[in-house]
Amino acid sequence: MEPILAVVVGILFAITVFLFLSRSYVRIILGIFLLSNATHLLIFTMGGLTLEVPPLIPPGATVPTEAIANPLPQALILTAIVISFALFAFLLVLTYRAYQALHTVDVDEMRDAEPLVEEDGA
Amino acid sequence: MTLTDWTVVLPVALALGGTALCAVFWWRPVIQSAIGIVITLLMLVSAGVLVCTVATEGPQTMAMSGWPGPFGIVFAVDLLGAGLAFVTALVGLLILIYNFGDQSSDYRRVGYTPLLLAMLAGVSGAFLTGDIFNLYVWFEVLIIGSFGLLILGGKKAQLDGAIKYATLNLLATTFFLIATGLLYGLTGTLNMADLASKVAAVDNRALVNVVAALYLLAFGMKAAAFPLFFWLPASYHTPKPGVSAVFAGLLTKVGVYALYRVFTLIFPASDTIFADLLIWIAGATILAGGLGAIAQTDIRRLVAFTVVGGIGYMLVGLALQSPLALTGGLFYIFHSMLISTALFLAVGIAGRLGGSYDIAKLGGLYRARPAFAMMFLVVLFAVAGVPPFSGFWPKVVLVQASLAADAPWLAGVILVGGFLTLVAVARAFAAAFWDNGEEEPPRATHYGDRVGALMLPTLVIIGLSVLMGLAAEPVVQLAGQAAAGLSDPSAYIEAVLGGSE
Repeated sequence: MEPILAVVVGILFAITVFLFLSRSYVRIILGIFLLSNATHLLIFTMGGLTLEVPPLIPPGATVPTEAIANPLPQALILTAIVISFALFAFLLVLTYRAYQALHTVDVDEMRDAEPLVEEDGA
Repeated sequence: MTLTDWTVVLPVALALGGTALCAVFWWRPVIQSAIGIVITLLMLVSAGVLVCTVATEGPQTMAMSGWPGPFGIVFAVDLLGAGLAFVTALVGLLILIYNFGDQSSDYRRVGYTPLLLAMLAGVSGAFLTGDIFNLYVWFEVLIIGSFGLLILGGKKAQLDGAIKYATLNLLATTFFLIATGLLYGLTGTLNMADLASKVAAVDNRALVNVVAALYLLAFGMKAAAFPLFFWLPASYHTPKPGVSAVFAGLLTKVGVYALYRVFTLIFPASDTIFADLLIWIAGATILAGGLGAIAQTDIRRLVAFTVVGGIGYMLVGLALQSPLALTGGLFYIFHSMLISTALFLAVGIAGRLGGSYDIAKLGGLYRARPAFAMMFLVVLFAVAGVPPFSGFWPKVVLVQASLAADAPWLAGVILVGGFLTLVAVARAFAAAFWDNGEEEPPRATHYGDRVGALMLPTLVIIGLSVLMGLAAEPVVQLAGQAAAGLSDPSAYIEAVLGGSE
């Protein structure tokens, strides 16, 4: 199972890099979204996969008696999903507002914060 | 659980509580400002108590819900973290006072104070936590606060700057998360004190180096180190000065702090292949900051580049790793947090008086406001590291440390960097404050009604800078004590893990 997921993570990272190379900012934020999902999958895989054993300790025991699934990676991913979801929502709104104000999502033409010297001597 | 345990989390708890309280008074910006000032004052006091406790009794910890490390999430504070939390609260307080004096409408927008407090919570949390995943969460808290602050006002340039800032910062924290995921897979722990021994015991050094490289990339991006600094001068000048100042003072330093923590405790630079790389990064950052500053005509972008240059000096301390170098680097962090804030605030006042941030259009401010011109000059000297201000001593220590580490060229880079900064700021001062003969005198020369609140923060910082410059010995001793805690983290590790054995 791990090798398959590792390959999937690799493919997702590759797609992310491809999207980052685009000039369209919309593609770049899709890349960011994909990157965070790839990262969650990576944490999931790195935490070790255990099939069909719940992270439960039998009644009366203080330590697990046999191998159990590790619940921590899922807690980490849950935290990371919530955060990346919120930030992605923010980025979408920011992109929309920027598109309204700047009339472009082409990163080459977004020069309002750093005007080119030749154009206006700023 | 004693009372001192609670002081460990108090700065963060206060800031979060203040954010919530501000949300209750959402449409009352004046009440929000008052809440902000009270909260940052309380943070200052609690962080001050924490510094005293840590300085006398060693590192303090508090385990969330009483789950001891390495199992639960632990807040662990050494002298470095406590000192940084203290300066964070001080900068927050000064910024709120400045905003009280600056009566332009953007500060009275309802979101300002709660966003600032949320950001302060994130910054303090990052300085105080002892868990690397928790550190990631605080990074996210502080960037979501900073995103909000950056676009407050919604001007075109702000939106453009925010897009670049948001993209690169999100990318950096995602790299941080990837590295943390890999590290957890390698070691099975997230507690930084526990990681120190677990990482040293990992056999797969190649993967350890990959993880360290990812951390270097993520935190280097955050800290605006060469060659990943371009987002900083692209965005820091776009919001109002009261926002730029708190960004320049606090945000990049969180990245530097994370580098210091991770590359002394978890991956001591001497153990990895990154010691040499860090030295090159440090030198290149100093030069890039200095050369970039000289090339600018917008005074806000100019000071943004001096912030980048300052990061270079801090990295020199980390790269050399000797106690002397760490002392110099830490001293420089504290100096830079204060003086970068003062610099952006002074630039804000200059822009307000002159009606422009273009140094070619300012001209003649000295004739209009000689006292302010003197104050501005003092801030510039402090940035360039001219004695008797606080920037001088850490540079002396760093030059000494470079010579001791047999890297005379690095000492040369430090001196050249200081010289470039001096040239850049002297040029800016000459163009903006002395008459240039042709231009008309500045248009607006009004401070507004609340001159005192506008000037006070900068004057306080200048006072502290002179104090740190003239009485450098106690500061060097404190920085030395904090540096000793970094070079030999056994006390920190014992404080975190001692109870669990």
